[in-house]
Amino acid sequence: MAIMGLHRGSGTEITGEIRLDGEDLVTAGPERVRRLRGSAMAMIFQDPLSSLNPYHTVGAQIIEAYRVHNKVSRQVARKRAVDLLGRVGIPQAATRVDDYPHQFSGGMRQRVMIAMALSCDPGLLIADEPTTALDVTVQAQILDLIVDLQAEFGSAVIIITHDLGVIAEIADEVLVMYAGRAVEIGTATDVFRQPGHPYAWGLLDSMPRLNVARLDRLRPIPGTPPSLINVPSGCPFHPRCAYPAQVGGDRCRTEVPALLEIGPGHRTACHLTVAKRQEIWARLAQPESEPDAPESTEEAAAEVTEVEAP
Amino acid sequence: MISFIIRRLVSTVFLLVVVSMITFAIFFLIPRLAGQNSAELAAQYVGRNPTHSAIVQMEAKLGLNEPLQVQYWHFLSGIVAGAHYNVGPSQTYCPPPCFGYSFRSQQPVWPQLMSALPVTLSLAVGAAVLWLIGGVSIGVLSALRRGSLFDRFSMGVALAGVSLPIFFTGLISLELFSYKWPLFPNVQYVSIASNPALWARNLVLPWVTLAFLYAALYARLTRAGMLETMGEDFVRTARAKGLPERTVVMRHGLRAALTPILTIFGMDLGLLLGGAVLTETTFSLPGLGQFTILAIQNQDFPEIMGVVLLAAFFIVVANALVDILYAVVDPRVRAALWPCLRYATCGSGSRRTTASSRRWTGSRSTLTAAVRSASSASQARARV
Repeated sequence: MAIMGLHRGSGTEITGEIRLDGEDLVTAGPERVRRLRGSAMAMIFQDPLSSLNPYHTVGAQIIEAYRVHNKVSRQVARKRAVDLLGRVGIPQAATRVDDYPHQFSGGMRQRVMIAMALSCDPGLLIADEPTTALDVTVQAQILDLIVDLQAEFGSAVIIITHDLGVIAEIADEVLVMYAGRAVEIGTATDVFRQPGHPYAWGLLDSMPRLNVARLDRLRPIPGTPPSLINVPSGCPFHPRCAYPAQVGGDRCRTEVPALLEIGPGHRTACHLTVAKRQEIWARLAQPESEPDAPESTEEAAAEVTEVEAP
Repeated sequence: MISFIIRRLVSTVFLLVVVSMITFAIFFLIPRLAGQNSAELAAQYVGRNPTHSAIVQMEAKLGLNEPLQVQYWHFLSGIVAGAHYNVGPSQTYCPPPCFGYSFRSQQPVWPQLMSALPVTLSLAVGAAVLWLIGGVSIGVLSALRRGSLFDRFSMGVALAGVSLPIFFTGLISLELFSYKWPLFPNVQYVSIASNPALWARNLVLPWVTLAFLYAALYARLTRAGMLETMGEDFVRTARAKGLPERTVVMRHGLRAALTPILTIFGMDLGLLLGGAVLTETTFSLPGLGQFTILAIQNQDFPEIMGVVLLAAFFIVVANALVDILYAVVDPRVRAALWPCLRYATCGSGSRRTTASSRRWTGSRSTLTAAVRSASSASQARARV
């Protein structure tokens, strides 16, 4: 949301910088960001059922997106819309272009959203949980479509998702976020094989595994996600973390850990020493010996961001 | 769609017949049930100290001595086909639509209604244009600047506008702009054909007074609707496309927020066309509202029946038009009414939507609607 400049105007605090082709979006004026929105960067939203305007045809909505940033006639834009709808796999695109969103299924509406997002060849495509509202078979189709189009259009794609399976399948680079902060960055292989942050361990540990006999329960991360209005002091993960004792002292509660390199291109924000982490992860990766984690009343909500570079 | 329109129109006619029965029953059946006989009814129209023969003559002239169903039949057939009346020694023919002769003035009712209608029409349509433009734009601005000084001020004024009765705001405006600062002196109705400029000038105060009440209502409704739609996901999508904020508001936000406003607008206009009693009385406009008051004061049944039926006609027709317009405005309703036109997809999905839409339109026809329009008419009468 912040990248697109679509966050709520007041009460939002953005630190750091957002660079798109070398231009800082945090300091850019709202009119400049609006011009970039849709043309240089585009977004696919979570819920395709409510993200399309029910009062306009899908064609009109794609044409609108195209014509804001390109000075072309209605006919040219319409051809482009038909073309895009065909590319995202809508059959009989030439007639369906005049249909309204309610005449499409959820998966097809998400395809329309993708077509709309790609209409101006954006350099960056942000997909905010593009598959959460869809059923599993449609999810796979949409992900395939995004991967194919990424290769075709050459856009960078950011997928925001809770679904580790999706990430393992298509991500090149992974950014794990907790309470609004990056806690681990690395290639997909690094993050899945050698995760270096207790939160990432927890996430991976809570997944069911095919190569292990079924446990009685899945192991959630203990506790509940923190309130984002009142983020815990120090390392935001410390109230739910099992290892502050191994760091020693009060550091986890008082000091925000910096993102430090633990391998080439692999950075984490944690006070534990690298050696200790390797030891703990080795133990966690061994399936049997671990005792049941304490029961959690709520499902652990994880926010994982994955970056895919062209 | 065509069959929907036909169904809607048939139910409209049916509804009007029901309304005519109810009004007829109120004025002709209930007095009899209360023990009044036709001679006593007739006696009211003969003057002081009536002789017996005068009463009998009046009874026969007004048809009060005939059985009720016959009276009703005369009434109904008169509207459709016209009627022959024995007024005094001579036979007269009352051409359709004949609502009978006024008890009081012995004139046919319909031409009187038609001479009052242009006044009400000028008042209602002019005010409607004002309040629609004013109310909707203030509502939109308030919603976009929610919590701002403008929002609070206009919503405060709107609250006052909804609460203040017409006869108060009307009299104040007359006092200020007609007497103290005579911008619009001698407010009286002049027909548009005879002097358009004077027509408009003399109607400014009634227009503004009436529009103030409705604009307040519409501003609040539009504001609420806009606040809701501007939070919708598709508005965020519109922003994500990089559309200028103006386009986002007008094409995506307002479009969705206006649909419910349209419904209410149709009904309000229909109601007003039946006569804005308070406004017309306050500004001495000889429209249908004033006609109604006089008819009721004189217990002139044919006149009352005529004006009630005309008002009911406007309300019912406005309702039908709104239903049809809804289908034009909202593609989802259109699809539900027109399911199998483009694709062979008449499967379970479209059937379900058709059923729900039928339930939706069905609930608006028949008696409930008659009762509702009658009761809302009386409420609105109290207001305007």
